[in-house]
Parts: sequence; C-alpha cells; structure tokens
Amino acid sequence: MNEYAIKVEGLTKRFGDFTAVDAITFNVSKGEIFGFLGANGAGKTTAMRMLIGLSKPTEGTGYVAGFDIRTEAEKIKKGIGYMSQKFSLYNDLTVKENIRFYGGIYGLSKKQITKKTTEIMEELGLFEVAKKPVAALPLGWKQRLAFAVSMVHDPEIVFLDEPTGGVDPHVRRQFWETIYQQADAGRTIFVTTHYMDEAEYCDRVSIMVAGKVEALDSPDNLKNQYDSETMDEVFLKLAR
Amino acid sequence: MFKVFKAFVQKELYHILRDKRTLLILFGMPVAQVLIFGYAVTNEFRDAYLDIYDQAGDHMSQELVQHLQSSGHFQVNNMIRSDKQLEDGFKAGTTKLAVVIPVDFASDLSNGKSVSVQLLADGSDPNNANTLVQYASTMITSFQKERLDQSENPYQIGVQTRMLYNPQLASAHNFVPGTIALILLIISAMMTSLTIAREKELGTMEILLVSPLPPLLIILGKVAPYAALSFIDALLVLILGYFVFDVPIVGNLLLLLAVCFLYVVAALALGTLISTVSKTQQDAMLRSLMGLMMPSMLLSGFIFPLASMPKVLQVLGSIIPATYFIEILKGVMLRGVGFDLVVWEVMILVGMTVFLLFMSYRNFKIRLE
Repeated sequence: MNEYAIKVEGLTKRFGDFTAVDAITFNVSKGEIFGFLGANGAGKTTAMRMLIGLSKPTEGTGYVAGFDIRTEAEKIKKGIGYMSQKFSLYNDLTVKENIRFYGGIYGLSKKQITKKTTEIMEELGLFEVAKKPVAALPLGWKQRLAFAVSMVHDPEIVFLDEPTGGVDPHVRRQFWETIYQQADAGRTIFVTTHYMDEAEYCDRVSIMVAGKVEALDSPDNLKNQYDSETMDEVFLKLAR
Repeated sequence: MFKVFKAFVQKELYHILRDKRTLLILFGMPVAQVLIFGYAVTNEFRDAYLDIYDQAGDHMSQELVQHLQSSGHFQVNNMIRSDKQLEDGFKAGTTKLAVVIPVDFASDLSNGKSVSVQLLADGSDPNNANTLVQYASTMITSFQKERLDQSENPYQIGVQTRMLYNPQLASAHNFVPGTIALILLIISAMMTSLTIAREKELGTMEILLVSPLPPLLIILGKVAPYAALSFIDALLVLILGYFVFDVPIVGNLLLLLAVCFLYVVAALALGTLISTVSKTQQDAMLRSLMGLMMPSMLLSGFIFPLASMPKVLQVLGSIIPATYFIEILKGVMLRGVGFDLVVWEVMILVGMTVFLLFMSYRNFKIRLE
C-alpha cells in the first residue's frame, strides 16, 4: 500500500436514489501527476470530496497518504493540500498575512512561517507587493500564490480542483511549470480540469462518465487506444 | 490549539478593520440609533398647538382659554369661527386638537347646569392624539377645580397622576434597553451570519474545512471577535444614554453586563444557525432582517407594548429572546431590581440560549456531511 499515494477501491457515493460516484477503482503513485477528468456532473467533485475528507463514502474503501478515508479523515487533512476552483485566498489580506494565516491554521511555528513566507515570496518574486492586499495582484500571480499557500505545510499530496479556470493559456502554461516542479520534488498531484490540452501534461489521466471511470491510462496510450489525435477527441468519443 | 485560534481571530480582525462598511455598522450604527431614538422617536410633546372654537365668547370661556395656555404646553394656533373652518383645519392636518366651548358657557356654569367642553383630536396619529387629549382634559379639570374652590363645594376629588421611574416620561429611557437589544442582535447575529456566509460565497470555507481545524474552532474563531465588539457596543450605548440623555443605571452594573453576555451568546447562536442555512451573504442578510430584526423590533415590547397585542402576536413575542432581554434590562437598569426579581426571565433566556446553541451545532454538523 505504501507505494501508492492514493488507493481507491469500489468507491461509491449515493444521494438517495442517485448514484453520483459508482464503484470507482484506481491508484495514484507517489510523485505522479494524476489528471482526473470528466464532464460537469460526471461525479468528479463528489469523488474528490470523499478523498479530501469532506464527505463520507457510501461504499468502498479509499486510502489517502496511507490513511483510511472513512475513519482517519483528520489525519488525511494534515497530509494534504487543497486548492479549489474558487480563488481561495483572502483578498483583503496582504500576501504575507495570507501566508501567515494558512501557516497558522496548519499549526506551523512562527519560525517555520517566517521561513515559508520568505521562500514563497522569493520563488514567486513577490517582495515588492508583499504588503499589498492580494486583491491588487494579477490573476496569474494570485493563482500561483494560492498554489504555494496550499502547500505551506509541505503536504505529501496536493489536490487541485480546476485550478486554471478562467486563466489565459500563457498563464496556464506557467502554472503547469510550477506543478511539474512540485512533482519533480516528489509531491503527488491530483488535478481535475476540463481543459483537454492540460490533460496532455499529466502522467496519467482517468476519465469519468456518469459516475464511472471509463478510461484510465497515460495520455499517449489513451490516444492510441481510441485512435485519436488529441485528448479532446478521446474525451468526445468516451462522453458520447 | 490556542495559537491556531489566535491566528484565526487575528485574520478576522483584519477583515473587520479593513472593511469600511463593517466598521460603519459596528460603530456608526449604535450611535446613530441611540440619537435617533432618543431625539426623534420621542413620545413627549413640547409645543402642542391647539385650536379654540369659542362659541360662547364670554369672560368664563376666555379664562378657560387662558388657563389652557398657562401650563406652557399648549399654544393657541387658531381661533375658529365656524364649523366649516373646524372641519377644514382637520382635513388640512393643521389642527391636531380643537377645544369647543359651548354657547352660554358662563351662565350655565354659574347656574349649576352641567356643561360639557368638547375635545376633538386628529385620531390618525393615535399616540399623539391620546397624549394631547389627556393633557387638555387634565387642564380642564384643574380649571373646574379652581372655579369650584372659590365656591362652597367641599367635595371635589382631584386625580393626581405621577409617573414612577421616569417622572418626565422621557422616552429615551425606554429606548436605551431596546436599542441595546437591537444593536447586539444586529452585530452578534446578523454580522456573524454574514461573515460566515461570506466565507462560503468566496469558497474559503471549503479550504478551512479541508484544513485540520476542527469545525467548532472555525465557528468559535469567527464569532469571538464579534462577541467582543458587540459588548463594546453595548457599553457605548449605555454611556451615550447616560451622558446624552441622562438615562440612569440604577441597578447592578455587573448583573447588567452578565445579562448582556448571555444575550450575546444567544444572538451568536442564532447567527450561526442562520448561516448554516444560507448560501450567500444576501441570503443571510434577508433571513436575519425578516427573521430577527423585524420581530425583535416589533414584537419584543421595544416599540409597541406586548400586552395590547392580539394573542397570536403575544405568543410570537414570547418566543423572542429580545422580549426577555429588554424586560430584564428595564428592570435592572431603570428600576434597579436585583437578580431575585428577574430570575424567571433570566432562566428563560438561559434555556433559549442552550437550545439555540444545540441547534446550531447540530445543524452545522449535518451540513458537513
């Protein structure tokens, strides 16, 4: 079990008669960039919510960072980072204050927070705007800052829920470079997206259709298997 | 755990201090409300205008008119000459109260016939009309008494009314407890429900829930600053009342503050409860305005006395925390009663608080699933 960052078997979530997630099974290796794809309403978000401890599965098992999602949600929360599709920093707080706050709620010491703050600001070149409210930053910077802040406690796995929604292609490209850096450093990345070009950047992708995982492989293998030029085509063939 | 809590409260204070709108509600509104209620919404009247329709026009009727003006409360606005003029005055709204003195006033009085002076008031403003009529009839009675004293009738019983606790019937006194109740509700309940709804709207609530913070700590961290601020506001209102309107604090200040604290906790629980069912700030705002502000203002006895309401509304009023809070506040603040006399109200308030806390905690847990 230890070779996997995430290990899921027969995971199911039902709301009344409606089965949002239907017995999905997959593993994510450590240091892998795992793309979690699917149309809106396919069950991506529900599945992800179960993995990050916000929702309890109806059936099936799941282990994240070695902990059981049914019984050890609290331990999982300490070991994962999460960035949602909505911008998750406080606009009226400065760059520094945001880092300090998120460091604070993850129980980092003052020293650790200071160190992290310097690190993040160096990495993103934010020294000039450190004392400005986050609202004043351009969207691309905000996004990268949010990503950095979601890893303020050095989590093993980072969950990114459509992190590049509404961002222009150039900035998206930049954002993916930072994702690669993190993966190279050994962090596992679990990312949902509906940009098919982004799917190409992932090590492996799974495609969810109506609550089920319909395909799961590397982008190249999937393209061969479905006889397609691009991931977009693969996706369209599956969704139909 | 305390360090985490501190980080949370600090962040919350940044939000509050950087938002002008919040600051205005926190510190501008209490001051404005006390001043408005104290000065504008007063039940007293000073220069009341009076119209006289003197059909007699003799020496006695003139003396009566003189007497009416002698108190300084009334000023004669118009001397009316005809029925039509009287009617027109009321229709135009210029006449609030008219005194009609019948023909043969002096001769009938001296002959011992019964004489009735008619008081006509504009009932479209009932409170005002009532007060005016009461004042005028008191003046007429005293006039009659003066006349009769000069004759040899020994058996005249005069009615003397004295208002206890608030001898001048100064309305600011009664408004201070009500204003405190309202302000604490607005800040503790409305503002907390708004700030929690805001985190939901922005999506930061999700991030907080994914963090290792226990949900209870999230809620405590959000409400604690507002609890402290609403307490400061309660003091602000008391101080304003004391220095601007001479509203005394007769009773035990500690007991007063303890009751305020209890009420703040109840209001915070209400705010949390509202926020668990609201998805957006607008939603939370509407719910608190309709569900909290309106009933607390209208049905708590703050503005209208509960006793004179229909049964249904009385029952509604009796489930509102503000009703009991205002009752206790009036007792402790204005009448100086001790704990033993408000123990029943305090117990009800404690019961409500515990119930609300339980409900909001349970609701919050359910929402998380």
